[in-house]
Amino acid sequence: MTTTAFGRRRSHRPNAVVNMALGLAGIAGLLLVWELVTRTGIIDPRFLPPASEVLVRFASMLRDLQFWREVGETMTSWAIGLAIAVVAGTIAGFAIGSSRFLERATRSTIEFLRPIPSVALIPLAVLLFGTKMQSSLLLIVYASFWQVLIQVIYGTLDVDPVANETARSYRLGRLQRIRHVVWPTTLPYLITGIRLAASVALILAITAELIIGTPGLGKAISDSQSGGDVVGVYAYILATGLIGVLVNLVARLVERRTLAWHTSIRSELAL
Amino acid sequence: MTPEPSGAAARPLLVVEHLKKVYPTATGGVEAVRDLHFSVPEGQLVCIVGPSGAGKTTLLKCIAGLLPITSGRIELLGEAITAPPKAMAVVFQEYGRSLFPWMSVEANVELPLKSAGVSKPERRAAAADALHAVGLDDAGGKYPWQLSGGMQQRVAIARALAYKPKVLIMDEPFAAVDAQTRADLEDLIRVIWKQLGVTILFVTHDIDESVYLGERVVVLSNSPTVVQDDVVIDLPAERDQLTTRSHPQFAALRSHIYEQIQRAKHNRGTETASTPTVLRRH
Amino acid sequence: MKLLKDAAYTLGLPVLLILLWWIGTLGGSNFYVPTPAQLAQTFVDTWFSPRLWEDILPSLGRLFAGLAAAIVFGVGIGVFIGSFRTVRRVLEPLLEFFRAVPPPVLVPLFMLIFGLNDQMRVFVIAFGSVWPILLNTIEGVRGTDEVMRDTASSYRITRVQRLAYLIVPAAGPKILTGVRQSLSIALILMVISEMFGSSSGLGFLISYFQRSFAIPEMWSGILLLGLIGFALSVVFRLIERRILRWYHGLREVQREG
Repeated sequence: MTTTAFGRRRSHRPNAVVNMALGLAGIAGLLLVWELVTRTGIIDPRFLPPASEVLVRFASMLRDLQFWREVGETMTSWAIGLAIAVVAGTIAGFAIGSSRFLERATRSTIEFLRPIPSVALIPLAVLLFGTKMQSSLLLIVYASFWQVLIQVIYGTLDVDPVANETARSYRLGRLQRIRHVVWPTTLPYLITGIRLAASVALILAITAELIIGTPGLGKAISDSQSGGDVVGVYAYILATGLIGVLVNLVARLVERRTLAWHTSIRSELAL
Repeated sequence: MTPEPSGAAARPLLVVEHLKKVYPTATGGVEAVRDLHFSVPEGQLVCIVGPSGAGKTTLLKCIAGLLPITSGRIELLGEAITAPPKAMAVVFQEYGRSLFPWMSVEANVELPLKSAGVSKPERRAAAADALHAVGLDDAGGKYPWQLSGGMQQRVAIARALAYKPKVLIMDEPFAAVDAQTRADLEDLIRVIWKQLGVTILFVTHDIDESVYLGERVVVLSNSPTVVQDDVVIDLPAERDQLTTRSHPQFAALRSHIYEQIQRAKHNRGTETASTPTVLRRH
Repeated sequence: MKLLKDAAYTLGLPVLLILLWWIGTLGGSNFYVPTPAQLAQTFVDTWFSPRLWEDILPSLGRLFAGLAAAIVFGVGIGVFIGSFRTVRRVLEPLLEFFRAVPPPVLVPLFMLIFGLNDQMRVFVIAFGSVWPILLNTIEGVRGTDEVMRDTASSYRITRVQRLAYLIVPAAGPKILTGVRQSLSIALILMVISEMFGSSSGLGFLISYFQRSFAIPEMWSGILLLGLIGFALSVVFRLIERRILRWYHGLREVQREG
């Protein structure tokens, strides 16, 4: 008892401020080292331009409408793809998870289809849609669908059989059982699935733009690269990283808010 | 190797002098232990009891060299303890978190010896002996979590024994096992103590257990902790769950310690017992 | 009887799907979708050929080289960072950022820096897939049980042995979770690093087939990638089961208790 109380005592509130300060120091330190190694010529600026140049470029990008258009394009395909995957994954997950027969019958197929790398579908996407947004959507939906589906199936399998039997004994119909028993149990899993899907969807949105050439940030990166604009490549990568951080933060915040009452922590699933 | 059970004449093996421990916090610090002193002669089996939250675990961690002390001095064999000393082994309450679940029972018992540079055949033999001493001859190849709670704690005791310490520190080791297992383990401790002559510091919150096991019971006050009372347990050396517990002196000692603990709950580091209490009422 | 039932459950849906596909393509020649027999034939012709060791094996070699580097560096650096609270707190926001960068954007960057060659591809795979391993290792090391740490200190377990027998095994479940995530990232990076300015490898071949409208060949490439992904996940699961035998056993005991 005393040990846990003691352990808790060590990690407390004021740490948040210290953490922030240390974290900022870490960022400042990296930028400084980056600036120094390029200014002193230890690393050729053709490969790694000085931090200040990249930051200046990034700042000017922020004032450029073109950049925001690219962000908009990327995030639009991200949002549409994610929405389709979430809806499809949830419906399919509930359908499969609520029937013992379907769950067993689909298991092998899901196990086989899930590990297929979504980039394998790039040629197919190009063939079908060329450089239209649908190409991005195909990849995004394929990759993030599984995240949602698997979590929802886990969730429905996690439903307490006693609770389900109780509901049945009170003659609750199938839909009512889903509404009052299955749904509350599954919700935390679904939220986790959406969080995982959100970051996977972003990766695939940018990958599709990068390789297929659908408009967006990914295409901007490959354009900068083929134009030999090294500073631009770094500035755009910085932008994608920051968007990634933002997506993760928002997703985790939503997850924590919704699951405040849910204690268990589940391990993450693969892409 | 058989010690004098009373240990009265032996020189102190372990000395705790004016021990003070303050945990640093944002608001200045929490004083867990105020001014604690007592000493343990070689070969004695001392129980330490106190109300819950009496800083028993803090004291133990300080003695084990796992926590830096704020002021005062802890000495083992005449040397100040600043890090875990070589001549000491600790048995923790949470056996499930003290044994490494990825290693077999045997490997768990051998690990401290391996680290001390003992050769493989010697380690093997020491581990086998220790497991035999705790009655687990056949469990060596199993994982700890494949055993019951009581058996896991036996493994932890075997690991301590194989390490051949001068002092064995036990932090409420039987708090998490059922009553029957607990009685068995208590008797095991008595047997090991008598056979090996090791000095034992046994922390518990269970008054009966402290009287049954100890040659002496040190009662701690509420936190910030001082020594509330120091009681000599003058029960026969041969103890037995039935006869010892129904001995009139057992009852007298138990109620004396019970009273002390009741008082200890209200005593926050104000008075300090100086001389050991001896109850004489046969 | 039970075995038969299991087999029916496992094979039922796949057989049904292939049957539907077969019926769907019966009507003649759809340009985009080959018949099952066509695909099977193309698969054999395309891949059971010198391409096996000229394209597939080198691709897989780069995948494993990159992954191995990611595991070594991820675990090594992760154990270091995880062991020091201050280091961890200084680096946390930076690591959050690096993890959030979509790994494929590294491909054009590394092409700029290292040029178009195999080292660049291995490097992209390693750098892109190191983050989940690194972050999970840090998490696992940080979460090492306090009582186990105290046990190790009180028995004066040496630094090196503490790493080998306490820290790394305790972080094992987390590390392997990271490796599983890295596996899929590495596979993606293997494919797309070959789609850029390459003349061999799986990624190159499937986009080459697509550009030259060799549709059945393209499908056979997709199928092959699927099989590789599936095989990797099966092999990984076997290895994981083996390494974490204690963990799964322990979890089972805890669930029952």
